[in-house]
Amino acid sequence: MTNELLFGLYIFVLAGFLGHYVIEKVPPLLHTPLMAGTNAISGISLVGSLVSAGGGYGKLSMVLGFVAVICATINTVGGFLITDRMLRMFKKKTPARGPKA
Amino acid sequence: MSASLPYLIASVCFILALQGLSSPTHARRGNLVGAFGMLVAVVGTLLYAHILTFLWIGIGLMIGSAIGAAMSIWIPMTKMPERIALSHCFGGLAAALVGVSEYHHRMAFEGIDKFTMGALGLEVFLGFLTFTGSLMAFGKLQGLISGAPMTYKGQNATNVTMFFAALVLLVLLVLDPSRSFLFYLMGALGLAVGVLAVLPIGGADMPVVISLLNSYAGMASAATGFALGNYVLIIAGALDGTSGFLLSMKMSQAMNRSFANVLFGAFGAQPDTAAGGAGGPAANYNLATVEDAVGVLTAAQTVIVVPGYGMAVSQAQHAVRELAQSLEANGATVKYAIHPVAGRMPGHMNVLLAEANVPYDQLYDLEDINDEFARTDVALVVGANDVVNPAAKNNPGSPIYGMPVFNVDQSRAVIVLKRSVATGFAGIENDLFVQPNTMMVLGDAKKTLREFIAGVKEEAA
Repeated sequence: MTNELLFGLYIFVLAGFLGHYVIEKVPPLLHTPLMAGTNAISGISLVGSLVSAGGGYGKLSMVLGFVAVICATINTVGGFLITDRMLRMFKKKTPARGPKA
Repeated sequence: MSASLPYLIASVCFILALQGLSSPTHARRGNLVGAFGMLVAVVGTLLYAHILTFLWIGIGLMIGSAIGAAMSIWIPMTKMPERIALSHCFGGLAAALVGVSEYHHRMAFEGIDKFTMGALGLEVFLGFLTFTGSLMAFGKLQGLISGAPMTYKGQNATNVTMFFAALVLLVLLVLDPSRSFLFYLMGALGLAVGVLAVLPIGGADMPVVISLLNSYAGMASAATGFALGNYVLIIAGALDGTSGFLLSMKMSQAMNRSFANVLFGAFGAQPDTAAGGAGGPAANYNLATVEDAVGVLTAAQTVIVVPGYGMAVSQAQHAVRELAQSLEANGATVKYAIHPVAGRMPGHMNVLLAEANVPYDQLYDLEDINDEFARTDVALVVGANDVVNPAAKNNPGSPIYGMPVFNVDQSRAVIVLKRSVATGFAGIENDLFVQPNTMMVLGDAKKTLREFIAGVKEEAA
């Protein structure tokens, strides 16, 4: 059991560091899409909700899991959609105003 | 642990998605990769995990998708802070409910080891805290609850006590997981802390709070991962948690305030006397007419627009872009100066201007543009206040002293669009408004801008 805890902590800490390096590079321009995007990603708790809702653990677990599935799905589906909608809006100056890279 | 390979694929996709956000040109593709990763994880779970009944899962997925899609397609961009607050709310609730469900059935069947209990406790506490905290933030943003900080005597002591109480409960639970009463008490405590912690935080501090709730939602997901022994949850939670934490640090820095100060400071709660300008509010404002402002604007060769929350409130982003285009047609260069904490969430102004088709290479961050004001003909301040207040640079008595602000006061002329003569959110007098080279045009920003556009076009004709 301690092994599993240690391994989990390894992954958690390393992912945190990796996240730090990757997210440091996100310009302030995209901070809102970053929030929306990470929100969609953390909707991965959907995976836990699925098991709770469909794992046959009794009525209470199923009901709680069902509500959790709805919430997490709102976040994943909605999160990726809204991030895409925002990112679609970010455009560079149209080249109609001269050759500017 | 049976769906390991799909989870590994999903984890890699999530990291690629975040990496894509380092540039607007790759960001959309990255987001698609992330969505693909999510699909892989979900399908993998449905195929490999021990799922017995698919009926309710299917219904839940359909309802969730419908609501999520509706919330994303039709919501106006100006409501983005509210939208983000709501999604933190759902994220927290989902994590908390899974935690309760897991505790319940494990207690009934196999019992809980100490380590899992610790993770479950954290998951439920953080999940419920994020849930009510985000609901409060949503209420404040939406105007359902007063955006002003609400304080009472002994508030900080109460909040700190509740945090410690939660910690004690967690330890007791780890020692004996069968005390289910304590477990549910811990959940209730999370709900209460969420409400009480956001109550004293004012609207101008929302960027920090929203980022922090983002971080908590991530941590709740990570705790779920520990409780379920699911590594993709740990990884995604860690990424989300770090992201939110980094953002809230950046936002605090942009206000020159410590984290603790934002959380416990109840900024703007006390009526401020030290920083008041002579003669009381608005006594010496240089009020100007639209015609005066149009004259200055048409003569300008260089213009920097400084948008603030007022632009979002008045939904003036399209009018701003139209005015900029008219000025550019006149031969002027127009740039936009974006303060990290302008608006109610990180990147708020950028999203609104992008919606109005302002090219993002015209948007400049604080440090990139601040030296340019001294060489600029006109600084046009649209609904921004604290981020252009020179008191932050030269009045040590001001509550915002030390906060990095735009050197708007150095430009040749300043035009300030403001709804009324009332002080800004923090209730601080703004010395900029009484400067001789400042022209205050009062009224709804969108309406005023439309009049500017008409005026500029007329002069050009």
